[in-house]
Amino acid sequence: MPENLKQLLVTIHGFGEGLLGPTLWVLAWTVIKIVILLAPVLFMVTYITLAERKIIGFMQVRYGPNRVGIWGILQPLADAAKLIFKELLLPEKADRTVFFLAPALTLVPALIAWAVIPFAPGLVLADINIGILYILAVSSLGVYGIIMAGWGSNNRFSFLGGLRSAAQMVSYEVSMGFTLIPVVLLSGSLNLTDVVNAQKGMWFVIPLLPMFVVYFISVVAETNRAPFDLPEAEAELVAGFITEYSAMSSGLFFMGEYANMILVSFMGSILFLGGWLPPLEILSFIPGVIWLGIKAAFLLFVFLWIRATFPRYRYDQLMRLGWKVFLPISLLWIFVTGLGVLLFGKA
Amino acid sequence: MLENYFPILVFLAMAIGMAVVMQVLSFLLGPRKPDAKKVTQYECGFSPLSAVRIPFDVRFYLIAILFVVFDIEAAFLFPWAVAFKQLGMIGFVEMILFLLVLLVGYAYVWKKGALEWD
Repeated sequence: MPENLKQLLVTIHGFGEGLLGPTLWVLAWTVIKIVILLAPVLFMVTYITLAERKIIGFMQVRYGPNRVGIWGILQPLADAAKLIFKELLLPEKADRTVFFLAPALTLVPALIAWAVIPFAPGLVLADINIGILYILAVSSLGVYGIIMAGWGSNNRFSFLGGLRSAAQMVSYEVSMGFTLIPVVLLSGSLNLTDVVNAQKGMWFVIPLLPMFVVYFISVVAETNRAPFDLPEAEAELVAGFITEYSAMSSGLFFMGEYANMILVSFMGSILFLGGWLPPLEILSFIPGVIWLGIKAAFLLFVFLWIRATFPRYRYDQLMRLGWKVFLPISLLWIFVTGLGVLLFGKA
Repeated sequence: MLENYFPILVFLAMAIGMAVVMQVLSFLLGPRKPDAKKVTQYECGFSPLSAVRIPFDVRFYLIAILFVVFDIEAAFLFPWAVAFKQLGMIGFVEMILFLLVLLVGYAYVWKKGALEWD
């Protein structure tokens, strides 16, 4: 960290402690750090929606949104305002508590998982030593929100959509969990900062290329994105578990989905693509945060690209892919990686 | 050690607060004109035909059980993977044995057709 920045931090800490007292200041400083982390995340969540519509628009030789602001740059803000000012409907047969708890339960895990993502050396909110396990644990909580939405809406489309989505998410969570084990084998740590540092010689995508592919396809299915967006297959299930939701309640589901999508892109960059490390030593004058951003943005672009390219999967094909293809491949690769580490020492 | 988790706790509180505030804001700012037709469950314009709590396919239940088995296996593999370099050959062989036992179960499930969806 540069010397004058350190000076500035010391001044801020001194000022804050004088103002609030040491105990309260620790809390206030944590809140400030969280806001600094949360603001870009929420910014990305709002603007990925515009990027999605624009990119898919261009891929289909049309303009995409271009009315609100130049190039439609204010479109996400208009969408947010619209969602807030719409009527919030509660279906008469719905379970009130479960119905309104479900969107919150989808959004909250998608946000708090960001706490352990390291953006650059030392630039992480909570540097816990079980980062990968924490992300796995927190991101699997999102299934509860979806099941509750499906049950609480008391609507058959919601119910079927919720069931399908839950089954799909847990199935792909298994293969996703297995793809992370070779990464841990090579790095010997669950701390995400250590995982990036272990990739200094070679990014893990090179020895673990099949795992990277399985990871990426699994997270596309995990986040219910096309071509695995069966829970919201509009031709048969209206909108799946979101059918009965309106106004900002449905907005929270979408925010959760996009926050998850961005999160898994960052995770993929950190676990396989070297995180903040530059591809060549000469390029290290560019800050690590920017490298991480570029890698994650590329993965996000692939998400949208896939959506514009592939037709939707059938449900039985989806389950077969998860259980009969990805599971054996990732188990086999755990074996191969273990053998490699054993034979060549540090792979 | 534990103070590392303090920011996560604060973050959790803030995230919950955000989710609540956004829904409450929408509740306060949006119009509220419910009528009898509007609040019925959505069924493509028809009046609801029958009860919603219908029996569902037992396969979903099977998938949930399989998920528990394999996710516990994954959870078991993580500490092994972290300590792998210290465990050496013995750790490797032991894990292969563990995986083989699980593979037998997996082959059984496959043969029984629990992974089929048609």
